[in-house]
Amino acid sequence: MPFIPHTEDDVKTMLKAIGVNSTDDLFDEIPSNLRINDLNALDAGLNEMAMGRDMKERAARDGGLACFLGAGAYEHHIPAAVWQIASRGEFLTAYTPYQAEASQGTLQLLYEYQTMMANLMGLEVSNASLYDGASALAEAVLMAVRANTAAKEPRILIAGNLHPHYRQTIEALVRPQGILLETLPYNDKTGCLETQLPKIENGDIVAVAIAQPNFFGGIEEVDAITDWAHQHEALVIAVVNPIAMALLKEPGVWGQRGADIVCGEGQPLGIPLASGGPYFGFLCTKMDYVRQMPGRLIGRTVDQDGKPGFSLTLQAREQHIRRAKATSNICTNQGLAVTAATIYMSLLGASGLSDVAKASHANSKALCAALTAIPGIRLRFNSPYFHEFVIECPCTADALIQALLKKNVLAGLDLSVLSPKLDHCLLICVTETKTSDDIHTYVNEVQHALQHITTTVED
Amino acid sequence: MLIFEISAKGRRNHLQAPRHAPAANDIPAHLLRHKAPLFPEVSELQVVRHYTQLSRKNFSIDTQFYPLGSCTMKYNPRGVHQLASLEGFLQHHPLTPASHSQGYLQSAYELQQILSHITGLSAVSLTPMAGAQGEFAGVAMIRAYHLSRGDTARTEFLVPDAAHGTNPATAVMCGFRIKEIPTDKHGDVDLDALRAAVGPHTAGIMLTNPSTLGVFERRIGEIAKIIHAAGGLLYYDGANLNAILGKCRPGDMGFDVMHINLHKTFATPHGGGGPGSGPVAANDRLKPFLPTPIVGYDGKQYRWLTTKDCPQSIGRLSAFMGNAGIILRANIYARLLGREGLCRVSEYATLNANYLMARLQQAGFTLAFPDRRASHEFIITFKKEAKTLGVSAKDIAKRLLDYGVHAPTTYFPLLVPECFLIEPTETESKEELDNFINILITILKEAQESPDLVKQAPHNLPVRRLDDLKAAKELDLTWQEK
Ligand SMILES: Cc1ncc(COP(=O)(O)O)c(C=O)c1O
Repeated sequence: MPFIPHTEDDVKTMLKAIGVNSTDDLFDEIPSNLRINDLNALDAGLNEMAMGRDMKERAARDGGLACFLGAGAYEHHIPAAVWQIASRGEFLTAYTPYQAEASQGTLQLLYEYQTMMANLMGLEVSNASLYDGASALAEAVLMAVRANTAAKEPRILIAGNLHPHYRQTIEALVRPQGILLETLPYNDKTGCLETQLPKIENGDIVAVAIAQPNFFGGIEEVDAITDWAHQHEALVIAVVNPIAMALLKEPGVWGQRGADIVCGEGQPLGIPLASGGPYFGFLCTKMDYVRQMPGRLIGRTVDQDGKPGFSLTLQAREQHIRRAKATSNICTNQGLAVTAATIYMSLLGASGLSDVAKASHANSKALCAALTAIPGIRLRFNSPYFHEFVIECPCTADALIQALLKKNVLAGLDLSVLSPKLDHCLLICVTETKTSDDIHTYVNEVQHALQHITTTVED
Repeated sequence: MLIFEISAKGRRNHLQAPRHAPAANDIPAHLLRHKAPLFPEVSELQVVRHYTQLSRKNFSIDTQFYPLGSCTMKYNPRGVHQLASLEGFLQHHPLTPASHSQGYLQSAYELQQILSHITGLSAVSLTPMAGAQGEFAGVAMIRAYHLSRGDTARTEFLVPDAAHGTNPATAVMCGFRIKEIPTDKHGDVDLDALRAAVGPHTAGIMLTNPSTLGVFERRIGEIAKIIHAAGGLLYYDGANLNAILGKCRPGDMGFDVMHINLHKTFATPHGGGGPGSGPVAANDRLKPFLPTPIVGYDGKQYRWLTTKDCPQSIGRLSAFMGNAGIILRANIYARLLGREGLCRVSEYATLNANYLMARLQQAGFTLAFPDRRASHEFIITFKKEAKTLGVSAKDIAKRLLDYGVHAPTTYFPLLVPECFLIEPTETESKEELDNFINILITILKEAQESPDLVKQAPHNLPVRRLDDLKAAKELDLTWQEK
């Protein structure tokens, strides 16, 4: 029987030990009017070979595109060792490290992860992961409300150029608690937040959440915004791309006092695109706010012989101890993805990660320069950017996307669905995985497609 | 040794990094990073060896019997992992147009159908990332339902005292006040207390059935009547679905909405803490409120349904569409087992639990509910041993580790003192169960003859008992360079 080791003799002996005649008798406490006898509307089982054929055929349908699409999930090279080690059964099939003595591997790895992530962000503490970048931001918002006791109302200012899916996620996750979400507008020319910041009174706002880079790839003037928020007793929540932080100023040193809570999507650190998950959310903060953090934390301590060891700590913040008073309901997190990210960061080191960031930046500059040299295409926003940028096309962005899909190129994201102001706009991402040949192919196909689209229109 | 302690300045892995990485001269200097983060500088071999050695300090399903109650630590099939890791799936960007996502979308759609059938509920959204997020979705849907009817008075959620900690924490995240419902001495919900608690403020109740006490709530029909009559709705915490696959369905019990832990019932690996996946299933009444995105099918093409298609949806719970890789794994697992195999899961999980329970009782262990049938798990209590021998459930759990067995869940549910919640799962053999019984008998003997051996356990692990007080008082959460 699939995955069930029992022989007929085993079953007989076991039923006898229990004192019943059949396994069916074991369900005798279920009221008979609720019993069903089968799941016959489902298909019969397949064996591994048949399933292999089926899934390979499905995977083939979804794969094989050259990816120039980012928008929150990024293709980077993943060294071979990352998943070979992360997929070891001892990491893959362990539960949450509640029994610390039997989980020192996972616990030490998570402590190393916390160290690397906190350092990458320039902050003092990192938790052991949340679900993903968007839900991590929702948790950061809730945490800010707990941490900022000076604010009169639970009011949060959210950057208008934040990933729209992040905005939707926080709406769904924090609104039931009566938290007010307002928008900090961005400038239509730069794509970055307006430099003229709104007039607010001290204590009006709990926190300001800004993205670096923003959804359009642009780099924000983070120092000025951070200082402005702090002057008004608001906390600063930074939503950042971890690869970008190897190149751009880390949130811990933004402005005079640094960002207070930093969160984001950990996927770029060695996690495959994989249709959107499993990825992981990260969350870092200052030591002052550690007791307001959601999620697991690993601490280094000693055992009864004085030998160093690791265990879950500050558990009184968590649902299994605190129940209704916990800082969050999160229990299962994204441990395996963090395992991969820790191995990824160790393999690349600080200089390797910085090279990934610089190469991605250089490649996106190269594609952008070539594309904007094509008549009719212009760069939509005139701010410095990291590895994503927006072009305005002479045709709809969707027409270009469809044309390039025929050549197995995933051209980017059509922004017209977000706002009528972004009609004809395409968000493009280039990382270190792309060669100059790939970039040429992209440009050629765009030229080709534009000729074709223009002639079709003229016809 | 920490990875930072084997680091040496200037050691690099050039093969893993890009070759061409020019400086970013166009970005203003005040926006750039000036201090490199403290990462280790280690060779590929050092990384591989370090983390391989760390992995060997873990207990896992692949290496040990792991009867962790409420967690369903069953075998995670290798074939499933391999097929979900096919290159085409891994390369696939979540925002790829539907025309080039049919393989994944079909797999997700099929799983929606399978879960709908298994649960007896009409519609499913796969987006919640774990059980707790599935709970959030369900409770938020109940909230949205009441509000959509202009019923703003329903501010309370009922949660039994035996519930998992995520249940009350979730209801609070959804803006509700909690009313705890006591459990009677047989492990069932106290119906008198329930009747007294319901009223015009009741939004709903969160229940697990079989409950976290390892017994089936026999009067579930009556509970559903009481709640529905008061205008509330019923949420089912599907953590224990392994116990009833193909035997009965939450939808038939009167539940309006539930989540399913794919990382329990559908054999996806726990990864040392996650990822999980907590799809939420709802009846017709709550279907319009399901979180998006959901996969739709028009007979030809699969596509994502968003809030445009589902205007009453509670919205989006994550940036993309949930833990897609776990959803793929659950699809493959369910289709490998098929209709017969899925029914067998609950039969053998229940057989194993009842066998262990019967044998342990014969061996002198105290059952929490001796007159009840075990579901897929059951509780023993060491209250007597704690009193007479001074040996606690924690001591016995730690001693089990010495014998190479992972401890059952301890001190949960909170109602039963000094307890073990034991869940063997269907994938363990009789030999493994017998071995576990013998080890427990040995430990009990040790507890009588040389209690210190048990109280000081573990002795054979990489570390002995850790100083949790020191960990919390002298917080050391990151390594510091000396
Ligand atoms: C009964 C019960 N409910 C809810 C949960 C929460 O599920 P998750 O850890 O996936 O969030 C668990 C698992 O830990 C559980 O055992």
